[in-house]
Amino acid sequence: MNRQLKETITIQLLRFTTYAIVCVVGYILLDIIRHGLPVLNWAFLSEMPRRGGSEGGILPAIVGTLYLTLGTVAIALPVGIGTAIYLSEYAAPGRLTETIRLAITTLAGVPSIVFGLFGLGLFVLFCQFGPSLLAGSLTLACMVLPIIIVTSEESLRAVPQAFREASLALGATKWQAIRTAVLPYSLAGIITGAILGIGRAAGETAPILLTVAAFFLPRLPASIFDQVMALPYHLYILATQHPDTTKVLPLQYGTALALLTMVLGLSLGAILVRVHFRRKYQW
Amino acid sequence: MVREETASPSVAIEVNNLSFYYGASQALFDISISIPERQVTALIGPSGCGKSTFLRTLNRMNDIIDGTKVEGDILINKANIYRDKIDVVNLRKRVGMVFQKSNPFPKSIFENIAYGPRIHGIKDKEKLGELVKQSLQQAGLWEEVKDRLDNNAVGLSGGQQQRLCIARALAVQPEILLMDEPASALDPKSTARVEELIDELKTKYTIVIVTHNMQQAARVSDRTAFFYEGRLVEFGKTNRLFTNPKEKQTEDYITGRFG
Repeated sequence: MNRQLKETITIQLLRFTTYAIVCVVGYILLDIIRHGLPVLNWAFLSEMPRRGGSEGGILPAIVGTLYLTLGTVAIALPVGIGTAIYLSEYAAPGRLTETIRLAITTLAGVPSIVFGLFGLGLFVLFCQFGPSLLAGSLTLACMVLPIIIVTSEESLRAVPQAFREASLALGATKWQAIRTAVLPYSLAGIITGAILGIGRAAGETAPILLTVAAFFLPRLPASIFDQVMALPYHLYILATQHPDTTKVLPLQYGTALALLTMVLGLSLGAILVRVHFRRKYQW
Repeated sequence: MVREETASPSVAIEVNNLSFYYGASQALFDISISIPERQVTALIGPSGCGKSTFLRTLNRMNDIIDGTKVEGDILINKANIYRDKIDVVNLRKRVGMVFQKSNPFPKSIFENIAYGPRIHGIKDKEKLGELVKQSLQQAGLWEEVKDRLDNNAVGLSGGQQQRLCIARALAVQPEILLMDEPASALDPKSTARVEELIDELKTKYTIVIVTHNMQQAARVSDRTAFFYEGRLVEFGKTNRLFTNPKEKQTEDYITGRFG
């Protein structure tokens, strides 16, 4: 086989794998849209579920997932950015820093059901938050922290050293330099981390299963100590726990489409914020 | 020991037996030098001779590098900037620095100049505006940019960016200005403009400039210090040092035999 032929085959093979991924994603999306769209109407989105989810809408699950996602980001973003700033700007290279990094990487690899059990043990039982929005958000926050820390740290490191030097040479304290000459220019990257976090937090079932999600709760939460329904969990219930799963199949598709749309909407919002910061702090 | 030969003007920076280490490797060896007030002192020498490292000890910018160590004394206004309880932030406010590669923030021209005063707590819009204008005027940039202070500084030409950085350093009203090869990345015309500026600024500021370019050192400086392999070989009036070097190494360097 000559080199030219090898080259062509390699390129075609790489192209095929890439297109194959697009095809899989495209098929999933199309399937969900095709079956879900007929179910998706205003009543489905705005009504309470009835008869154990067999009829009616999914409003509490939408609201539940929305609150959970926002709660997760609200907790994980400050903690994650704080850790990233410490690691990127303050921590001296050494064994301790390496251990911290190892811990973060390990955290990223922990299965989500383990986070669920951890949340159940720490937040639900030990802290006595009970199964609640608070416990669920805290659990999800632990899960998305590594993503946010790693992306934030990378984007902080990407800010040119010259900005830090310029600021310090003018007599800024280290924190002033970070706040005014580093953070603004890494915001776009930090928000990328938040987007990834949103996607995971909204879609996970296992961590919320034990810490917040209600099987059937046809009312909206009144406080952070309330249980909520959530879209992924609702979908899981309809698909596996319902007495007549084929009958509620359209509802499953509708719920899946609603979940997808919501994640897309939240990410889109974050992307717009990112575009804004990219424009404002171009370098 | 290399001391200036004739009656000196008052001393702005007094350096005694300064040694500097990056981890285990020593970069500066026992440097002693008196840098005169309101004059331009040029530091010359081949790459890696320690001239930039020396410059950065004067405002403690080397502090931000892990594992560095300083021995000896540097006195500015009679205060030992390494030993006494000196506030580094305050030191850097008094000893400004301009870097080799112009490093404006990707913000408006106005915000770049106002950055320093702002971090030192000046909030009054009028005062800031006054400082910005005054600094840009001192840096000879005011006429070129006064109508577009809100434009992003990154859009300026290389030479303008460097003068902007000089203006930014002046805005915190330092006494000493350190310049690390400020013109090495500029075209000849912009270089000439920066050199003119240095000449104007020395009436108000003590200037220490690192340069690769011996003609530049000869043009802009009153005194020149020649560094070689981390040691100060010779220090004296620029005219004298270039026309009648006392040390063999200095002579070899300025006549282009090495470096």
